[in-house]
Amino acid sequence: MLSRISQLGARLLRENRAVGNLASSTTSYYRGQLSRRFVPTKNILFSTATTSSDRDDGSQSKEKISVTFVNKDGTEQTISVPVGMSILEAAHENDIELEGACEGSLACSTCHVIVMDVNYYNKLEDPTDEENDMLDLAFGLTETSRLGCQVIAKPELDGMRLALPAATRNFAVDGFVPKPH
Amino acid sequence: MGRVRPLHHAARRLLLLFPRPRAFSSAAAAAPSREPLHVCVVGSGARRVLHGRQVLLWWIEQMLKGHEGAQVDIIDRLPTPFGLVRSGVAPDHPETKIVVNQFSRVAANDRCQFYGNVTLGRDVSLSELRKTYDVVVLAYGAESDRSLSIPGEDLRGIHSAREFVWWYNGHPDMCNLAPDLQSTDSAVVLGQGNVALDVARILLRCTSELAATDIADYALDALRGSTIKKVYLVGRRGPVQAACTAKELREILGLKNVHVFIKEADLVTLPADEEEIRNSRIKRRVYELLSKAAIAHKGKNNNGQKELHFVFFRRPTRFLPSEDGVTVGAVQLEKTCLKDDGVAGKQVAVGTGEFEDLKCGLVLKSIGYKSLPVEGLPFDKYRGIVPNLKGRVLSSESENATVEPGLYVVGWLKRGPTGIVATNLHCAEETVASILEDDKKGLFMGPSDSKKQGRRGLLEILEQKNIRFVPFDGWEKIDSKEKMAGELKNKPREKITTWNEILMASN
Ligand SMILES: Cc1cc2nc3c(=O)[nH]c(=O)nc-3n(C[C@H](O)[C@H](O)[C@H](O)COP(=O)(O)OP(=O)(O)OC[C@H]3O[C@@H](n4cnc5c(N)ncnc54)[C@H](O)[C@@H]3O)c2cc1C
Ligand code: FES
Repeated sequence: MLSRISQLGARLLRENRAVGNLASSTTSYYRGQLSRRFVPTKNILFSTATTSSDRDDGSQSKEKISVTFVNKDGTEQTISVPVGMSILEAAHENDIELEGACEGSLACSTCHVIVMDVNYYNKLEDPTDEENDMLDLAFGLTETSRLGCQVIAKPELDGMRLALPAATRNFAVDGFVPKPH
Repeated sequence: MGRVRPLHHAARRLLLLFPRPRAFSSAAAAAPSREPLHVCVVGSGARRVLHGRQVLLWWIEQMLKGHEGAQVDIIDRLPTPFGLVRSGVAPDHPETKIVVNQFSRVAANDRCQFYGNVTLGRDVSLSELRKTYDVVVLAYGAESDRSLSIPGEDLRGIHSAREFVWWYNGHPDMCNLAPDLQSTDSAVVLGQGNVALDVARILLRCTSELAATDIADYALDALRGSTIKKVYLVGRRGPVQAACTAKELREILGLKNVHVFIKEADLVTLPADEEEIRNSRIKRRVYELLSKAAIAHKGKNNNGQKELHFVFFRRPTRFLPSEDGVTVGAVQLEKTCLKDDGVAGKQVAVGTGEFEDLKCGLVLKSIGYKSLPVEGLPFDKYRGIVPNLKGRVLSSESENATVEPGLYVVGWLKRGPTGIVATNLHCAEETVASILEDDKKGLFMGPSDSKKQGRRGLLEILEQKNIRFVPFDGWEKIDSKEKMAGELKNKPREKITTWNEILMASN
């Protein structure tokens, strides 16, 4: 058992390195390979969603989109998220390790996610000043960083991929120069 | 996908057991079951509160998860845990205090015990703790102030921001501070960091808003009677170098009925400033906020509003007494300009030899906290921190220093009371990692005759010295009494602030 654990560990460690590079590189890196999940037929979904929500708010929850999380260790989880739900809530319901310590009150930045495809990033509403204030303090901030508690699922976001910042593995503590992994 | 996921979950759960992937390296597996690892944490403060979760708690959780046999005892000189979360974080920042609830969760764990009202250096010595525990982690923060060392600093009416903060937060050491808020209309705050903004905000905010917070009752009364109309925030450097964060700045700029004054000339940037703005998102956003506020308030007349003045490029050179000779009446300021310091590419303020006096009857110095050493602890007096290598305490700050076995440091004592907030978690994580790593190396497995006593030993010491500690359920009693009294006044809690009353309430 123990050696199995360590094998697994070694693998996770390797994957971890990989995602470390991912998170620190610019968004253009993500673009090509990552939008393959985005299938045009979902646009139809979008229109149904709007009409149904026009008619009846309650039925909105029937619409779900699929969102993929790329964990710190490089593993992936794809979950389906009801339209209208925040990414943080959805992550919690699915045991994804996104912290969200202030429970969405914009007082922390532990729900930091990186939108891996800039096209998806552009589909999001602009962050508010308050979200930006917290993003200022997020570790490993990128051009397409957002706070998960502020990103609300909507049909256009179907197929979105979000990376959890691998930042906590980098010791950029004052005076300590992080070595490249 | 469906088949893969269970494996993911299993893998992640394993990862949880080992907080850092490094745990998987060749020395891999968990230590075989053996004597518990006795850990003592001194100080129940809160690194990285801003990130919503109290770091100490997070830290202890990691410790308990990372080492099945770890037993963690926390001692604190106060009967109330949480350090600055209780006595530092401003009362009108309740979201930052969510962490307090999380403490109970950790404390509910048998493997973790709280011993309040126990002071390191007075009730127990460091060497006693090191003899009793395998691992001693010092997290006792920074409870003293840097001084300006300029003439007149002892005049009445001059306080450190820490004293003032402790006072309005009901810290038992400062409940008698009684700052005079009724003999003057002007207060000067020296410094422009978040703590400076905190104290300025408390002075300016409507007391009706403060009444709904857990601010100490006597402080609320004093603020209700306050005659202070003008607050000056004085910084040695310019708006680009202001040490605050955008969130806190936005908050004070948005206060109701407060007119903000920022001199347009101060907002002019030089190439070096622009470089700083380009390199730092926080600086850029702080600068933008100040510029916008300057425009928004320009030309508006302030009919009877309170005033907040940002005073840039000034450094205090002396305090001048008022007519009575004992109370401060003005601060003498020297104009400064910025020079490249040549080393870190930072711009530093240098005096120009031009002086002016700023009249005031209250001064709050917010120029930094300082940690204090305890006997037997290596201490870097110049930087006010404990020399350490990734949290392992070093015998001195020199190059050939050796590691002090079993002794670790975390929080402000480790890094100094500054730094980018976002690094705080990593700082704590680093110390946990060091401890777990040292444990894997077997550094805590001494010969069997030198087994550490842990909790039992601590209790013996406390009993011998007749020290009445306050356990966690004592704090819970204080907590529920405070909450009950608060309910009557529609506030989250009514803090009990004197030593005697706190100890009584814990029974
Ligand atoms: C005025 C002010 C406002 C702040 N506001 C915010 C905010 O809004 N949001 C935010 O995120 N952060 C805020 N901070 C920062 C935050 O409080 C600190 O980052 C954090 O508390 C530092 O943690 P620490 O563990 O190093 O020290 P502390 O939190 O100070 O903890 C030290 C603990 O050690 C105990 N202790 C001290 N000496 C001894 C001894 N000899 N023996 C035993 N115990 C001892 C103390 O009682 C205390 O409980 C603020 C800080 C200040 C000063
Ligand atoms: S959960 Fe704290 S900011 Fe999102």
